[in-house]
Order: sequence, then structure tokens, then C-alpha cells
Amino acid sequence: MEDALIIRDLHVRVEGKPVLRGVNLTVRKGEIHALMGPNGSGKTTLAYVLMGHPAYTVEQGEVLWKGQNILELPPDERAHLGLFLAFQYPVAVPGVTVANFLRTALNERRKRLNPEDKGIPIPEFRKLLREKLALLGLEDSFAARYVNDGFSGGEKKRLEILQMAVLQPEMAILDETDSGLDIDGVRTVAEGINRIFGPHMGILLITHYQRILNYVKPHFVHVMYNGRIVASGGPELALELEEKGYEWLREQFAEQPTA
Amino acid sequence: MAETHLIREARGIGPEAFEAFLETREEPEWLRQARREAWQILRETPKPGPNDEAWRRTDIRALAIEDLATVLVGDGATPPEAMRQIPERRDDLAGGLLLFNGQSLLRWVDERLERRGLIFTDLPTAIREHPDQVAPYLGQIVRPGDGFFAAMNAAFWRNGIFLYVPRDLEVTLPLRAVIGLQGVPTDFSRILIVVEPGAQVTFIDERLADDAVGAAFHNGTVEIHVKENARLTYIALQNWGRYMWNFTHERAFVDRDSTLDWVVIGMGGGITKTFLEVALIGRGATAYMSGVFFFDGQQHADYDTEQDHIAPYTKSDLLYKVALKDRARSVWQGMIRAHPGAQKTDAYQANRNLILSPHARADSIPGLEIMANDLRCTHGATVGQINEEELFYLMSRGLSRPVATRLIVEGFFAPVLDRIPVPDIRRQADTIIHRKLGVPPEEEF
Repeated sequence: MEDALIIRDLHVRVEGKPVLRGVNLTVRKGEIHALMGPNGSGKTTLAYVLMGHPAYTVEQGEVLWKGQNILELPPDERAHLGLFLAFQYPVAVPGVTVANFLRTALNERRKRLNPEDKGIPIPEFRKLLREKLALLGLEDSFAARYVNDGFSGGEKKRLEILQMAVLQPEMAILDETDSGLDIDGVRTVAEGINRIFGPHMGILLITHYQRILNYVKPHFVHVMYNGRIVASGGPELALELEEKGYEWLREQFAEQPTA
Repeated sequence: MAETHLIREARGIGPEAFEAFLETREEPEWLRQARREAWQILRETPKPGPNDEAWRRTDIRALAIEDLATVLVGDGATPPEAMRQIPERRDDLAGGLLLFNGQSLLRWVDERLERRGLIFTDLPTAIREHPDQVAPYLGQIVRPGDGFFAAMNAAFWRNGIFLYVPRDLEVTLPLRAVIGLQGVPTDFSRILIVVEPGAQVTFIDERLADDAVGAAFHNGTVEIHVKENARLTYIALQNWGRYMWNFTHERAFVDRDSTLDWVVIGMGGGITKTFLEVALIGRGATAYMSGVFFFDGQQHADYDTEQDHIAPYTKSDLLYKVALKDRARSVWQGMIRAHPGAQKTDAYQANRNLILSPHARADSIPGLEIMANDLRCTHGATVGQINEEELFYLMSRGLSRPVATRLIVEGFFAPVLDRIPVPDIRRQADTIIHRKLGVPPEEEF
């Protein structure tokens, strides 16, 4: 139980409208789960709710991680429990450099673990950052840029993965990390994910397309439709979806009444 | 704690107070005459009220002019150690000056620069020792007729700073002055800067007072003349106590092909009303006006800026960034004026306000007055709150709400603070910003 993110019967409304309608999913450390589905099926809502976005109202259900229901916790406390969200649309923070942002984030966590902590020594941080930049094929000068300010789509996605590499979460939700990237971009980002992944962490990889799954091999594939997970299986399910598209879901699951 | 022993005191701006004031001054006749003329103008100028356009948003009815200690002669002041140390950092500076409670307590200038003609001293000493360099400018850039507080300052100023950089002298390290107050009710300061053709200098002007003082009053004047091909970087840090009435009139003449880089950092004061103007009087002159302002509690600050394009091919660029917390209030009124004949003017003004509390308020009023036809003038003003998506993004990385807010505020100010060429001032501004946000600062990366 300690090593799993357990989502139970999660119901969520956005501006009064039900968007998640009873999601059940368990992701263990050492596992990569791909969550697929058409636009508007609730994938990004699930990602935001797991991280604690204030705009979403949870109606019912629970999300267990490390033995507690994290739905009551603010986003920063979820992060300190090892949760991470790579945003589909990362937010620009003008005037704040990547280096400053990452060092602040690391120090916040150290202080949370030990209030007496004086922060990561600067030489140690520089070394760590250089190592992670190299891992993702990024120049050192990338760290001196303002967070997502004027970044290309590919740079934004790479910064998300850089943050994951530095913060070393135990459970990462990657929301459409492949969207807006050309094939080289997808490959670079996927290689980064593969290098970071290991038995110490779980990944929930949200994607619209099968493309990234050629590089990041999921252990499980789930299909979301209309606020529910309607199918689960192994990697072959992704290939099947690639072949059949999402149209068949509409036929099969469209007009089901809400439970 | 420091004690200033008062020798003499008189109040108000009436004839008796003014005569008593003149008696305390040992000054040449031309200056006494100038003070008398200013005092006449002051007598004829009513105290500004809510019906005066420039004062509509800053209410000073509670300020009793008749109670102001216009005459205040003290002795034996000892400044706090921290204040005394600032202008003493000889490795980082070309000269230092401390005026504390109106008295000149410390002064030094690199001897090599002094031999080449650099003058950096308190204004009364400058008037005694260098009248020919002072007299042509004093009261000619900011004139007593510019307003009630300009006239009051010209009549009653007590101490000040004179900086004179002779022709072609390039001063690499900054000159730094502190005007400090503690336990005195009033201060009238006057700064005069003359940069001769081809010369270059950086001057840091820091105003310090602690919050413990009850209601206090400061009236300041700053006059600047940057001559042909010269360059002045002027950094003013206003860190008065939060119960201070603070009024200033400041104007710079920027001459042919010269550059003024004017950075204002405003953090202190109770009620502040400031007039800041650049007059681009020579062809090809450039003026940058940058501002970083952060107010909290009940602080009220009202900045009136003017970019006066008089000569052709002149450029001005103003960027004032304001953050407000609690019940703080700011006003910025900016005017770009292109006079007839100021063709090819390139003028820009932007005022960005970041509101951190529901009860804080910013008024932003840009203005253009164009009397030439071949030019480019643009302006922008925004008032916004902290973006919730930005906060969520930062918090999702483990930053608490206060730390995320700190980062956003730092980022908001960074484009202006990054332009300050003196790291020490940058650090000091950061320290004050962190104190106001109630979070400890990070070490530098």
C-alpha cells in the first residue's frame, strides 16, 4: 500500500459539470501506466486533481498515497510527499530563472524534512543541475533563462522533465508531455523519462497518441472516456487504439447514465 | 541610542520663523537673497489641497505646516553603527558621505579623483569652498516657483550634497551618500549634481530612518545637470520610516548626446508625494527612468513623472514597477511632453502594478502631450493580481504559498533590479522586499 497511488471512485465537477465520474486506478512504484483517451475525456482534470489544482471540486472518492488521503492536502504538501505533475501547458514565471526556481524548490523540501536545514550548498546544487541538464541534452545557459518565458513548446516540455530529474519524485503524472513536439522532440523527452524512471518511482503517462509509447514502454494501458476508465490492458491495447481510433468508444460507452 | 541635543527650534513658515532660521545660517549674500525670494514665493503659494490636479489623490490636510519645526539646530548626533558603516566601504566606493539628523558627520573622497577636480561634499561646505561651481545651478533646475514644497525647500533647506564631476573625468567606482534621520521631527535636504562634458559617474543616494520615530517630515530637492557627452547613473533608495511625510521635487537637465540612468527604489515613507522630471534639453540626449516600489501596511506613495522632450532626436524610457500589500496605495501619474521642434522624439513609459492584497490599490495615469509631429511615443499601464495558475505551478513543485509569492514578486521586479549596476544596492532592495513579504531571503545563486 505504501508504494502505490490508489484512486478510488473519484468524482469531480468543474464549474458544476461532472467531469470525472468514478475513476478507479492503482499505480505502483516501478510501473509505468499509460492513460489514453480522446480530448475531453477527463485526463487532464485527473492530473490536476491529483496535484491539487484549486479550481476543481472533488465530490466523492479518495486518493491514497503513502497511507493518507491526499485530497485534503495543498499542492506543496503533495509535492513533499513525492508527487509530481509535468504540465501539459507549463506556466511562465517571468523574472525567475530556472536555476533559482529549482534551488528554491529543493530547499523547500529540505526545510520541510528538517527545519534546521540551511539549504543545498551552492557548489553541490550547481553540480547536480549541470548533471541533469546534460542528461536532457540542455546547455548550461538554459538554467539562466526565466522559467518558460518565451520558451518554445519543446523547451517547455524539456523543462518539465528537467524538473522531474532534479526533484526525483516517487510518483510522476506526465500530462501530454509529448504534445506539440516533433518526432525528435518526442524521442529526446522519452529518453529523459526512461533515464529517470526506475523501481523507486511510478509514472502515470497521459497521452492522446500512441507515438510516445514507442519510446516509453508502459506496463499497463488504460483508456478513459467520458470521465471513467473504460478499458485496461497491457501494451497491446495502445496498438489496438492506434489502429481503431477512439470512435468505437463513443458507440460502446456514450449514453451510459451516470451511476 | 543616538541623541541629538537641540540647541534651537522654531516652527512654521511665518516671518519670525524665517528670520530665526536665517540667523542660524552663515551664508553668502547671494544665497540669503535667494532664500528670501523663495520665502516670498512660499508666502504667496497656498498649501496644496484636493482641488489641485496633482494632489487629488494624496490628501495632506492632516499635515499642519504651522507646527513643522522649520528651524532645528542640533548637536552631538551619533548615528547607528549600521548607518555609519554604509558610506565607509572604501574598497567598493570612490567616496562616501553621511548626513545624519541634518549634520555632516563623515566625508571622504578618493584623493586621486579629488586632485583631478572631483567635488563630493555637503552643500554648505561646497557653497563656502566652491561657490563658482554651485551658484550657477542651485535653485535653477528646481525653482521655488515649481510648487509649495519646492519653495519651502529653497527657503528652509538645511543640509545637502554637492557632487561635481569635472570635464572628461570617468569615475569608475560609485560615490555613495546616506541621509539618515533618527529622533528628529523634520529634515530639509538638497542635492545638486553637475556632470561636466565627457564625464561619467555613478551616485547612490540612500535615505534611511527607522520606523520608531513618530510622525516626521522630510522635504527634499534634487537638481541634476548632465552635460554634453556625459553619463550619470543615479540610484536613489528611499527607505524612510513608515510614519514619515515625504515630499520631493527632483529634476534633471540632460544635455546633448548625454545619458542619464535614473533608478528610484521606493520602499519607505508614510505619505510620499514626489515630482520626478527629466528635461531632454540637448539633441541626442537619453534618459532612462526605472523604478522599483514596494509598499505595505498603510503606506501611501504618489509619484508624478515627466519626460520633457525639448530638443530633437531625444529618447526617454520609463519603467516603474510597483507591488502593493495590505492597505498600501500608490499613484503614478506620468507625462510625456514633446515640445514644438522636438522632432524624432522616441519616448516610452510603462507602469506595472502587482496587487498582493484585496485592500491595496494602485492608480496608474499615463499621459501624452505632443506638440511635434515626427516622433514615436508609446505608453502602457497595467494593474494585476498574482496569477493563480502561476501560484499552482510553483506550489506543485513544493513551494509554500508565501515562498511562491516571494518568487513571483522577485521575478516581477527582476527586469528593473537587474539593471542596477551596484550589487550591494540590489541585495539591500532584496532584503527589504523579503522583509515586507515576511519570508527569509535565499542566498544568491
